[in-house]
Amino acid sequence: MLLVNERPYEFPSGTRLEDLARHIKPEADVFILNGFPVPASAQVQDGDRCWLIKRGERIGAEEMEHLLYARHTPGVQEKIKDRAIGIMGLGGLGSVVAIALARIGVGSLLLADYDVVEPSNLNRQQYFVDQVGMQKTEAMRHNLARVNPYVKVETFADELTEANIALVFQRVDVLVECFDGPKMKATALRTAVTELPGVGYVGASGLAGYDANDLITTRMVRRNVYVVGDGVAEARPGQGLMAPRVGIAAHHQANQVLRILLGLG
Amino acid sequence: MVMKILVNGEEKEAPVGVSVSDYVKALGFDPETVVVELDGHILARADYSCKQLREGCELELIRFIGGG
Repeated sequence: MLLVNERPYEFPSGTRLEDLARHIKPEADVFILNGFPVPASAQVQDGDRCWLIKRGERIGAEEMEHLLYARHTPGVQEKIKDRAIGIMGLGGLGSVVAIALARIGVGSLLLADYDVVEPSNLNRQQYFVDQVGMQKTEAMRHNLARVNPYVKVETFADELTEANIALVFQRVDVLVECFDGPKMKATALRTAVTELPGVGYVGASGLAGYDANDLITTRMVRRNVYVVGDGVAEARPGQGLMAPRVGIAAHHQANQVLRILLGLG
Repeated sequence: MVMKILVNGEEKEAPVGVSVSDYVKALGFDPETVVVELDGHILARADYSCKQLREGCELELIRFIGGG
């Protein structure tokens, strides 16, 4: 028995990959055996894992879901595939969180940012040089389509305020606060807890500079409500926001979203 | 006159009758950047100046730092 494209098949030991391909995926032109590219004439043994790939081919929805099921820890995919996550801000935190959640295949993302991509953003934000000047919501929509086209993406390109946060995000399961300004961070947490009481929340505070990694923590405020960061490292001249440490905080946020969706919040 | 209160789990002293707003400012924080949970309830920003702290009350303060 062997796995071909994450599905089990019965083929005799010694079968060549090109023969597997003829049965399973005749158009394949890249052959991976147990994680390594091999010639089409390579032979399989019982227990091998093979990939038959056609270079440049678009992966279908069902196959993508199957791949995610296969790669994730068992039981994860069904708990996240129909869930909606709201992300407030698509900067150093939000752009990283969006991509991480798209990769694991959450149902939908509602992304909010009024800003455009600037050159100085590129030191930490998940945009590309050819996207400078683009609206962040559009640039991120484009990037997410290339990461996982099966995540539904909705966008809100106006400014978020105390008055509209609850309205904009009324249908999400978890809300992620990825703002830059401390007043909006506080406003968003107050608003979420009072006006969106059933919704999970992951905020952030203190992630600038290059101080030690393990000072960044995920702190519980109440059930399903968390704040990530070291609580002190403010973005200011001499202590800027940089991809490595901002990324630590962003992935704390993304993993905490996942934990909340799995009922571990 | 001074009273004892709990702030983020630690016993602290505060002037009797101090408002949430004045207490937060005395800590050196801008109240706009602080979320206040008083005896388990998150306070609306508008209530910070009129809400007075009482002996033995439990405050949880989350002060937000800029950058993201």
